[in-house]
Amino acid sequence: MGQTRVERLRSPGSVLPPAAPPRKGLLARIWGELRREEARTGWLFLLPAMVYFAIFTGFPLAYGFWVSLQEWNMMSPRMTFIGADNYLALLDDPTFRECLANTTYFTVGIVICVIVFSFLLAVLLNQKIRNMTLFRGIFYSPAVTSVVAISVVWLWILDPEYGFINQLLRAVDVIGPRWLADSNWALPGLIMTAAWRNIGYFAVVFLAGLQGIDQMYYEAASIDGANWWGRFRHITVPMLMPTTFFVLVMTIILSFQVFALVYVMTGGGPGGATSVIVFYLYKQAFVYFRMGYASAVGYVLFVIIFALTLIQFRFLGKAAEV
Amino acid sequence: MATAATTAGSLRGRSWWAKHGPGMVVWFFLIIGTVLSLLPYVWMVFASFKDNNEIFSATIRFLPEQWRFENYVLAWTREPVARGILNSFIMAAGETAGNMVFAVLTAYAFARLRFRGRDFVFLLVLGTMMIPTQVTMIPQFILMRWLGWVNTYQGLIVPRMLTAFAIFLMRQFFLTIPFELEEAARIDGCGRLRCLISVLLPLTGPALATLAIFTFTQSWNEFFWPLIVVSSPEMRTIQLVISALRGQEMIEWGVLLAAVTISAIPTGILYVALQRYFVQGIVMSGIKG
Repeated sequence: MGQTRVERLRSPGSVLPPAAPPRKGLLARIWGELRREEARTGWLFLLPAMVYFAIFTGFPLAYGFWVSLQEWNMMSPRMTFIGADNYLALLDDPTFRECLANTTYFTVGIVICVIVFSFLLAVLLNQKIRNMTLFRGIFYSPAVTSVVAISVVWLWILDPEYGFINQLLRAVDVIGPRWLADSNWALPGLIMTAAWRNIGYFAVVFLAGLQGIDQMYYEAASIDGANWWGRFRHITVPMLMPTTFFVLVMTIILSFQVFALVYVMTGGGPGGATSVIVFYLYKQAFVYFRMGYASAVGYVLFVIIFALTLIQFRFLGKAAEV
Repeated sequence: MATAATTAGSLRGRSWWAKHGPGMVVWFFLIIGTVLSLLPYVWMVFASFKDNNEIFSATIRFLPEQWRFENYVLAWTREPVARGILNSFIMAAGETAGNMVFAVLTAYAFARLRFRGRDFVFLLVLGTMMIPTQVTMIPQFILMRWLGWVNTYQGLIVPRMLTAFAIFLMRQFFLTIPFELEEAARIDGCGRLRCLISVLLPLTGPALATLAIFTFTQSWNEFFWPLIVVSSPEMRTIQLVISALRGQEMIEWGVLLAAVTISAIPTGILYVALQRYFVQGIVMSGIKG
């Protein structure tokens, strides 16, 4: 029905509005659609997933917001509705602000490391050399290893006395920082660990982007006399914009959710220097049992990540147009 | 080497450098990258055979002076590593199976059937990817308490049994299969479900393998959700076992690193054997960006 109406409207000859089709009620339309076998089967196939997401994503999302408006310690069955008080308390919470600052510091560090080194690694992997898949496999391997395992190994690498880095530094007569034991160096230590885990992964993403660039552009530019820098600047960089955007958003989102690394390596210390948002959320919820407050933290995190994604969409959308 | 060649004869040297230089630079960085990537693993494996004194010694020595195989025996028998591995296997297998079955059914409807409202529901599903898991974790935990699923396998598995990513991955793959194939079978009187199982699924091998490997690895490495749901030592997944060993007052590093090495073996084997599919997964997930 809908199609014939559209066709009639589009036909240039028709000046008069077409006769309105007999209006049918919503239920009648749904019934009509469901008489089609394809639609019926379609909804039947979707049904399990829809029920599942309603229970395990939709409901938690709504209920989490409801809990964030309550004061509740989970042990007692009684919740007290306190409106936006949890959110207002968050604004005044110096520890939360510190967590936010730590998370931002961590994220900026990771983003810089990942964008620079993953890109360079991808360029390296894009060279025509035999056994390149072997190297790709080696560089990617940290991404397959669990954060917990990597954290334990890096505890030794960053050990102030016996760790690999400081022993190397001592060999050239430099006294290395105390890393995770020093509140100024703990976050850089975590950044190094997380960067080591993620650079290979994002290098493979960049590599896919590099290999998606049509060789024709490079050939044409070479014929026009462009040197490697010109080709890089005017072909690789702009053509890689969508990939860079994807990597940027993914890295920020992943860094804002960092948890296991902090839990295993520092436990938020020393003196809260590595306490990040999700770690704070965990402690509020499952150590102090302040469920309402923790839910509010979760919602703030949700809004931050959502906003970051939107800002980057707009910003890079414009950059890509230019 | 390059300088030696240039002093020998500048013209010959330059041509030698022009020919071999770039390749050598590439090899140089490849080797550095390889060392940086593999060194932590090498140390991990060697140190898992040492005792505390040797691990924390003033000079770096990679090979152990004395191979303490008993670290592995202790990790496996005295510490709950065996149970942790079993629990992780059950959790990862459950999540993988769930994702494969449900993502295939759902993605089939999204990719191969046309009906009103389909694209709207698909957008909703994609939208769930923007929700950080930590936001829904607290209410999910409350839900587990209501269901009585705290500290159970179903509590670990069911909330992670279907992900938007899995649906997305399978849908992208189903879209690449020509519709004519299915239509021919339909005309021969094949039902939808049979069509899916006997016509489409045989062609879906690589995508299913990618999905299975991705889900299994992710689930094996998962830490936060098990940390919340598990409350007794015998339900701990391997990641929780390691975390608990690391949290002890007196850490026996050799035993801890033996546990870490054991925990990395299953995903390590999967990775070495099926590397192709891991990379495929990244490339396919990259499409969405």
